[in-house]
Amino acid sequence: MTSLRKFAAPVIAILLFLAGWEWLVWVNGWPTYKMAAPSDLWPAFWKFRWLFLEYGWQTLWRTVAGLALAIVFGVAVGMVMGFSRTVRDGLYPLLVGFNAIPKATVVPILALMFVGQHDMNTILIAFMISFFPIAVSVSIGLSTLEPEYRDILRSLGASQVTVFWKIALPKTLPEFFGALKVSVTLAFIGTNLMEIISPHGRGLGALFDSGKISSDYPLMFAVLIALALLGIVLYYIVVALEKTFAGWAERAPG
Amino acid sequence: MPAHIELREITHAYQTDAGPLPVLDNLNIKMAEGSFTAVVGPSGCGKSTLTRLIAGLMRPDEGQVWLGGKMVTSPRPTVGMAFQNPVLLEWRTILRNVMLPLEIVGQRMSRSDQEARARELLSLVGLEGFEDKRPSELSGGMRQRASLCRALVHRPEVLILDEPFGALDAFTREDLWQTMARLRHEEKFTAVLITHDLRESVFLADNIVVLSGRPATSQYVLANTLPADRTLDDLYAQPATEMLAILRHQIQVAQGRAPAEPQEAAQ
Repeated sequence: MTSLRKFAAPVIAILLFLAGWEWLVWVNGWPTYKMAAPSDLWPAFWKFRWLFLEYGWQTLWRTVAGLALAIVFGVAVGMVMGFSRTVRDGLYPLLVGFNAIPKATVVPILALMFVGQHDMNTILIAFMISFFPIAVSVSIGLSTLEPEYRDILRSLGASQVTVFWKIALPKTLPEFFGALKVSVTLAFIGTNLMEIISPHGRGLGALFDSGKISSDYPLMFAVLIALALLGIVLYYIVVALEKTFAGWAERAPG
Repeated sequence: MPAHIELREITHAYQTDAGPLPVLDNLNIKMAEGSFTAVVGPSGCGKSTLTRLIAGLMRPDEGQVWLGGKMVTSPRPTVGMAFQNPVLLEWRTILRNVMLPLEIVGQRMSRSDQEARARELLSLVGLEGFEDKRPSELSGGMRQRASLCRALVHRPEVLILDEPFGALDAFTREDLWQTMARLRHEEKFTAVLITHDLRESVFLADNIVVLSGRPATSQYVLANTLPADRTLDDLYAQPATEMLAILRHQIQVAQGRAPAEPQEAAQ
């Protein structure tokens, strides 16, 4: 019953949303250049199905690569900041300032810096936009660890490394996954930003751009839907990972 | 009898932004092997600092801590600790929580021996059947019982208790006192108990050390005259009531609320 509800509720919500969208376009009699209806999208998907598959895959792997980089870097920075007050005080303004820069302004800079390295540039933007929540959450998780948690192992002569692996790291996992859920969608935005802005790009963002250039409005909407689907898939992969590695943090219902 | 734990002329201050904050001043305490010592005193008089010094988690500015004839300079695996916060690891079952210290110091024990040892302790404190539960499924008192098991699982020579029953309600606390007395009967250790509860100190300890206000020194030591097989009822009759009155007076002296001259009751 619960599994049926878990599956059926979102499906029904999506169907209702599509029906409402279709109705809105139909009742207003909007042409496709104003607003395409869901029924206009199928032909666009079908016509460009191979491009969708190819570009969808490119967008996906670049996002995942950028996110992986963000995890490695974010966890490393978070660890250093979590364990050292001095580093934390020193790095915070730098990190916040970096995060405050709109990444759209970084795109042309990167494009000039690494001319033609489209894959690398895209991954870098995805990485830059998504590491901040991870670094902050890991540093907060580690720095708010109650001293008693450390003491139960330290009093036995355990090393800092042991304390980290047995206590600090697992204890930080719920915060980490919370940040990862934010980061995964951010990385996705970063990838598309690069794909849309940079000329001769590839990936779904570039497909959107070419739809814009050729005034193929249904194609533009179809790309948006494809992006949303990919975003949902990535998000639920993170949720599945969270259930596996930090499922203990979820209280049993009732 | 040679002291098992000895604090010699310990003076310590914390470095704060407003300058050094002295917490301990020429503190001397001796504890015999197998004895149970309670340390009471006003809030903020450095009692918790004392536990960290004995555990070797920090070193005093002056003076030494001796443990079994050796000077303590670093943490040692022959110590077990329990705190007011049970600090159980939520991602582990109760059994695996209790076994945690053996992952650090129990290399010579086989896995099945480790598990048997943890189960033995859990049943001793009345947690049989809860081995596979998560800490969040247990009540506060049960979590504290599990925390005591974890402190004892590696058969430490010294058990350090930093207000372990402080956050429990009065009835649960009395249950835990009896559990503690049973553990003391079954296991062999020298115990140091930091507490704010005078009844608790009289029920559990052989000697009760009253610390003065900050910076703290040993102001008064009371030798408990209750028999070893004391019951909770004993706390409400002589000689316990008299000892409680003395301790209460000494705390007030430490707080600076009463003159230090000996009461008629004190010897």
